[in-house]
Amino acid sequence: MATIKRTVEVELSTTGLDAQGRPQRVPLAVAEDGSTVTVAAPPAIEPEREGVHMLINIGPQLPATHGVLRLVLELDGETVVRCIPHIGYLHCGFEKIGEYRQYNQIIPWTDREDYLNSIGNNVAFVLGAERLFGIETTERCTVLRVIAMELSRIISHLVWLGTTCIDIGAYTPFLWLFQERENVYALLERWVGARLTTTATRVGGMAADLPNGWTEQLQTFITLFPKTLDEVDRVLTKNGIWVGRTIGLGAMTAEEALNYGLSGPMLRASGVAYDVRKDFPYLDYETYDFEVPVGTNGDVYDRYLVRFEELRQSVRILEQALRRLPDGPVNIDDHRVILPPKSKATSEMESMIHHFKQVMEGPRPPIGESYVAVESPKGEKGYYMVSDGTSKPVRWRIRPPSFVNLSAIPRMVEGHLLSDVIAINASIDIVMGEIDR
Amino acid sequence: MNPTVDALREKFGAAIQRADVVWGETTVVVERTRVAEIVRWLHDDPGQSYVYLSDVTAVENRDVEQPLEVVWHLRSLAFRRFLRLKALLPKGTPLEVPSVFPIFKSADWMERECFDMFGVKFVGHPDLRRLLMWEGYKEGFPLRKDIPLLGRFSRAEQLRQALAANPEARYSKEELSIADAFEDLPQDMRARLRSGEKTGE
Repeated sequence: MATIKRTVEVELSTTGLDAQGRPQRVPLAVAEDGSTVTVAAPPAIEPEREGVHMLINIGPQLPATHGVLRLVLELDGETVVRCIPHIGYLHCGFEKIGEYRQYNQIIPWTDREDYLNSIGNNVAFVLGAERLFGIETTERCTVLRVIAMELSRIISHLVWLGTTCIDIGAYTPFLWLFQERENVYALLERWVGARLTTTATRVGGMAADLPNGWTEQLQTFITLFPKTLDEVDRVLTKNGIWVGRTIGLGAMTAEEALNYGLSGPMLRASGVAYDVRKDFPYLDYETYDFEVPVGTNGDVYDRYLVRFEELRQSVRILEQALRRLPDGPVNIDDHRVILPPKSKATSEMESMIHHFKQVMEGPRPPIGESYVAVESPKGEKGYYMVSDGTSKPVRWRIRPPSFVNLSAIPRMVEGHLLSDVIAINASIDIVMGEIDR
Repeated sequence: MNPTVDALREKFGAAIQRADVVWGETTVVVERTRVAEIVRWLHDDPGQSYVYLSDVTAVENRDVEQPLEVVWHLRSLAFRRFLRLKALLPKGTPLEVPSVFPIFKSADWMERECFDMFGVKFVGHPDLRRLLMWEGYKEGFPLRKDIPLLGRFSRAEQLRQALAANPEARYSKEELSIADAFEDLPQDMRARLRSGEKTGE
């Protein structure tokens, strides 16, 4: 394990307010010379227990494993010597089921794999299906999808930060962040009618256009949201306990992180600026002005900083998307792929035929295959679809980012203390629904 | 077409069987025994630098006579290229391809999942065992087309097997290599593990 030398200016508990009305900060522990904070070395292991390794089982029912993950740890004292993860407790065979469903019928399954990013998965899936069908969506639809993806990134990062705070021992940010998450869910509920399982997209368009006054509501959210972020930033980023419990943990170098296939904030925290939105753009992301935050040490603290900055960048993207949101149709004008409006289906013969054919048989893509990856909050989320010309895919494969990120956990926790395993595991931002599928 | 294809043809000649572009994505079908060698070159060559392995998976066609395909998705971050490698495993031959685990650590779980779901053996993988299904799973490889959606066994048989499984015996033999912990286990479990059983059946 590499030691990390870095100084973070730590601000600790308050005694009162200063002249400007801000809380005064004093350090929690100061050494004799007044500068450095020294932590006493842990007592030596009892001699008779030295060299005896212990096997400990964490999960699958422990809330701190963020789902049904089971870790078997071999401990030397309190230090992890080896970690063997076990997954599969939530395996439901989504990919198998997908082979028996039409393309639009698969969209509800994408809600349920990474359920914190459900609307983002909906968009990612239809991007893959649309490439397979060879269709281009309308301009308004593209911008709406960008809004959907960034909102779901905000939800996912808020949940990650809130739950990680609880794992590490801070309760207050959790409440603040979940309040904001509630606001995003209120927006989604007005738009698509559901909060968690959105099923918001269709091949060739969206299930619904924005309701009246929705953009103003979103504008209010993106004006107020950065203030909450500033508050959380103030209580967390320089908090002594937070820094002490996250810095130097689970560090991965850039080469290691690439080799272990990490993606998303996990990879960027290690210093590799790989963001699918920038490197392999989709949904016209190359025309948006935003930064890709990159860390240096690849430890839990850097992952926190990267995700935190991504929240601010998502707000920037949302602002730009709102400004450029064009009028016009949301769905493409090809009723072989997308359902005609209900009013037309009940009044026009041709639309009724299209409606019937679509519901009974489903749209058929040509023979081919497509792999479309998007930058989900967890990393590179890919959908690989193979079509043999029928209305159901031959193979539907999900490339789950947290599955690959989690596979590096034995490397990340070895040499760390048992209590740090929880912090490192939390920093991966796993969703077991996506890992087990 | 991805310029890597020409470089691959020049370097490996007949091992590159076919290359085509579908919806802007380049697919290269390669000789299945030389996959690891080709991936190693793609990873190491500074002119290619495919340093990121996105995905390893397999595809079985609905036509059972068609060969099973193992698919690798590779990314070159420096050149912003995306490449799909495919190896065809004809039916009736052993489903074996070389593992790319020595090159990419990320292949660990992806290959295990592929083995778990399709029964493709990745030769050279150090710990190729089931990942998502439990080790005593007896119905075969779930994503193969010969397994029906609801499973091969009847509901009653599936229930019987689930009830007969010992929930305590969930440690793999590798985990129990720690002598101390092994001695702490119940007598019957130790006996079963000594006799070579991997996990609870």
